[in-house]
Amino acid sequence: MSSLKKVFNSADEAIADIMDGAVLMLGGFGLCGIPENCIAALVKKGARQLTCISNNAGVDGFGIGLMLQQKQVKKMISSYVGENAEFERQLLSGELEVELIPQGTLATRCMAAGYGMPAIFTPAGVGTEVAIRKEQRMFNNKLYLLELAFEADFALVKAWKGDTDGNLVYRETARNFNPVMAMAGKITIAEVEELVPIGSLDPDHIHTPGIYVHRVFKGNNYEKRIEQRTVRKLAD
Amino acid sequence: MLNKNQIAQRLAKELKDGYYVNLGIGIPTLVANYIPEGLNVVLQSENGLLGMGPFPFEGEEDPDLINAGKQTITTIPGSAFFDSAMSFGMIRAGKVDLTILGAMEVSEKGDIANWKIPGKMVKGMGGAMDLVASAKNIIVAMMHTNPKGESKLLPTCILPLTGVGCVRKVVTELAVLDITEDGFKLLERAPGVTVEEIIAKTAGKLIVEGEIPEMLI
Repeated sequence: MSSLKKVFNSADEAIADIMDGAVLMLGGFGLCGIPENCIAALVKKGARQLTCISNNAGVDGFGIGLMLQQKQVKKMISSYVGENAEFERQLLSGELEVELIPQGTLATRCMAAGYGMPAIFTPAGVGTEVAIRKEQRMFNNKLYLLELAFEADFALVKAWKGDTDGNLVYRETARNFNPVMAMAGKITIAEVEELVPIGSLDPDHIHTPGIYVHRVFKGNNYEKRIEQRTVRKLAD
Repeated sequence: MLNKNQIAQRLAKELKDGYYVNLGIGIPTLVANYIPEGLNVVLQSENGLLGMGPFPFEGEEDPDLINAGKQTITTIPGSAFFDSAMSFGMIRAGKVDLTILGAMEVSEKGDIANWKIPGKMVKGMGGAMDLVASAKNIIVAMMHTNPKGESKLLPTCILPLTGVGCVRKVVTELAVLDITEDGFKLLERAPGVTVEEIIAKTAGKLIVEGEIPEMLI
C-alpha cells in the first residue's frame, strides 16, 4: 500500500500494535544503526515475551539492553552477544533463551525472506554444533546447510533519510542489517533521522524501495552511542 | 619471542598487492598498521565496508562509521558501503583473498575453535563461521599456548569448532607454521626461540625438516 498513510507521528503510534509474544527483527550492528526510538517506545509500552532477531543484544542500559533490563525478551536470535552483563545473567539463570547463529546466516535468512525464498544453503557452520539437526547437501564437492528464511511479525529499522512513501537511504556502516530486515518484516517500521517529501530523494540512490516499508516516522533525540571510541592523535 | 605488534608485523608479510583482506578482532586488527608502503591492500569490515581507513582524529569520530570490532574508523578514497547480506555474500563467494583471525585452538588438520567455552564464555561466533567456511586463504594469529601454558596447537580441538579443515597457516609469538596433510609444518622460528621450545609447546603433530630459519620482521 502506498500513500501518506505510511507516515506516523511518533514511535509510540508506530509500534502500538506490537503485542506480547511478537517476533521482531531489529536492525543495527552493535549500537550502530539501531532503531533507538522504536526500542524506547517498546520499553515504554512494556510488550513482553518478545523474540528478537538482531545481530547483537545491545549493552547494559542501551539498545536492546534496555528491553532486557525490563525482562521483555523471551528469546534472542543473534550472532554475537558480548558486552552485556544483564544478558549473561538472564542467560545463565535460564530466564532468557538464546540462539546463536553465524552472522552471514543471520543476514542471508533475512534476505531470503525479503526475496521470497523459503531457504538458503550456506557452508557456514558445517561440521560444528550449528549443523546439528539441519539438512545438509553437497554441491560441487562441498557441504552446505539448509537454513530457513526468517519469519518476523515486525521489522524495526533505522535509516538516515526516508520519504513519506517509505523509500529509505542509510548512512555509512549504519546500513548493516537494516536493508535486509526492512525487506523481511511482515510489517516494517522505519524510523528516520530526516523525513523528506516524495521526490526529494534521487531514485538512483534509494537503498530500500518503499514497497517494503509499511510505516515510517521521524525519530528524535538520537544518542548514537559509540561502543569503542578509538582515535589517533593529531601528531600521528 | 614476538610481542603482539611483532606478530602483526610478521603477518603483514603475507599481504600481496591487490588483496582484499578481512582482519579479525585482536592481533589481526594490528596488521593494518604494518601494510607495506606501495602495496594496494583493501580491508573488508564485515559490518559493511570495503576500504577501511585508520582511526579518526580526536573529535572527528562518527558513530555511523565503525568496524566489525565496533571501533570508530574512517573511510579512504575508493571506500564502499554495503549491507550485511552483501558483505557475507562477497565472503561466501570467495572474493576476499585473505582472512586473518584469532583462535583459542587450532588442530593439525586445520580445524579452528574460537567462539565458545562451554559453561564459561557465551559470546557467539559473529562472522567467524561464515569467514572460515568460505575464505580461500585463512591464517590464524594467536599465542602458542593458553594462559595456563597449555598448547593451543592440538591433534584435535577440544572446544566447540568454528570450522573444519580450513586454516592454512598459523603465526604465533614463537613460530610460523603451515598446516599440511601431515600436520603442522614448522617454517620459521621467532628470534631467540629454539626449535626445541616450539616442539615442547606444540601438542599436535609437528614436522621439522632441516634448518629452521629465524623469522624476518
